[in-house]
Amino acid sequence: MVKLDFKIGDLHFKNPVLTASGTFGYGLEFDDFLDVSRLGGIVVKGITLEPREGNPSPRMAETPSGMLNAVGLQNKGIDYFEKNIYPDLALYKTNVIVNINGSYIDDYITLAGRIGKLKKISAIELNISCPNVRMGGMAFGTNEKSAREVTRAVRAVYQGKLIVKLSPNVTNIVDFARIAEEEGADSVSLINTLLGMSVDVKTMKPALSTITGGLSGPAIKPVALRMVWQVARALTIPVIGMGGIMNADDAIEFFLAGASAVQVGTASFIDPQASVKILEGIESYLVEKGFSDIRELIGLLNKVH
Amino acid sequence: MAKRIESLNITENKRLNKDFFILELSGKSKIPDMKPGQFVQVKIEGSPGTFLRRPISVHDVNYGQNTLKLLIQIAGKGTETLSRLQPGDILNIIYPLGNSFSLPPEGQNVLLAGGGCGIAPLLFLGKYLRSNGFQPDILLGFRNTERIIEFNDYKEIGKVFLTTEDGSQGEKGFVTQHPVLATSKYDRIYCCGPDPMMKAVAEYSSKNNIFCEVSLENLMGCGIGACLCCAVDTVRGNLCTCVDGPVFNTKDLKW
Repeated sequence: MVKLDFKIGDLHFKNPVLTASGTFGYGLEFDDFLDVSRLGGIVVKGITLEPREGNPSPRMAETPSGMLNAVGLQNKGIDYFEKNIYPDLALYKTNVIVNINGSYIDDYITLAGRIGKLKKISAIELNISCPNVRMGGMAFGTNEKSAREVTRAVRAVYQGKLIVKLSPNVTNIVDFARIAEEEGADSVSLINTLLGMSVDVKTMKPALSTITGGLSGPAIKPVALRMVWQVARALTIPVIGMGGIMNADDAIEFFLAGASAVQVGTASFIDPQASVKILEGIESYLVEKGFSDIRELIGLLNKVH
Repeated sequence: MAKRIESLNITENKRLNKDFFILELSGKSKIPDMKPGQFVQVKIEGSPGTFLRRPISVHDVNYGQNTLKLLIQIAGKGTETLSRLQPGDILNIIYPLGNSFSLPPEGQNVLLAGGGCGIAPLLFLGKYLRSNGFQPDILLGFRNTERIIEFNDYKEIGKVFLTTEDGSQGEKGFVTQHPVLATSKYDRIYCCGPDPMMKAVAEYSSKNNIFCEVSLENLMGCGIGACLCCAVDTVRGNLCTCVDGPVFNTKDLKW
């Protein structure tokens, strides 16, 4: 039996495989395919204070080894979440993390306060990196001053574990990771999608209604891995890595580069069971390599080189 | 019916013409109970440029023989790869997905209108309607003779009316211009085809106060309502083609 658990502060995760926000709905959509409670945690679809309709169609484009999306945080708002979704989520025997978004700092503060009252929610993932909304989102996460302000403000009102989700669309992601740590974040997760675009040459129009969108999938894995490696070396808080993880080997690359946990994203679209298969694959790898604890793997790259 | 992910065997790949083929699939376990209008998400192996699954509507189901048929149009590299599958090859699918066409009230006069690849779900629907005591008429539209998809199976369901845009077979023009619409009175129209055709049928139905359902096609990420990529603008806000559709009452669509 290999040890797979990890902690963010005193919050215990039975294993380091989580699902990424926006790719796993509220978990409930996947109940037919897997036992969600086997996972270390799920990060549910990004939520806002008010209901949001999201962006017009088309919202998606397939690209080489990946996809662009421009969903734009479509969700029914916190009232609906508390009343209609939370009771079902509370039944999962795993950590449920809520990804929060806002146009203004006050939105984030109000949301964090309300999530703080929901006992079964283990942590907040502070989304300051969504590239698909006109106000807020990535605008917070690509400016050092506002990244600091929003992290500080949420930290002040939220007692649970705070994970800051970082944008890769910056010159030096380490600077933003350091800001999150300085302002009291318990963990950082990275990377959110890379800003990209695609043009349909038949119609001579952009493939997405918003022209630009967020790139995900294997296409971004090398970039994600590099950023996780840089950030993990610079911080003392745990780093959650994501970006194009399709199988256990991909996940192991992230652990070796210094991630304490991983999030499985776009892979769940192609195989709704991807997350549990990755978990099983990590376990087999550890057994095969003679490790008894996944901690032995984390950041091993830095010890070897 | 619970959704599942399963690898099925190709039992037949029947080429219909340059652009269309029918894959027949079968598996060890029993094909789940499916409703007309539902679709499957097909995983495409061996096509490096194809990252996501492809949503394909169910063309026919034979529970007795435990087979499922998909009528597919070659539209790009992914479907081109599918067209080369041979009996014995494996196809991984997620199914059954989406909602379904609604069953009409007893005694109603029903028309199935399809165009191009959109005729695919109408065979399964037609058989379902027949088994529930309805006698649907079928109106099929194609661009020209070359593009006609073999429709012998449809003749077993009901009377088939044909249009081609160039008049090379059947009536000339679009399905909405076929004289049967003037001579017969329909209570319901079920439609699937290219967007302009479905819009025209929706407009015709609305003008004549006929109940109309269409099955929409859309790019999809997951097919199970998780990614919210396949949004449709409706009177109830943005809905997902994959779980709230693909079948919509045309009254609800903001076209």
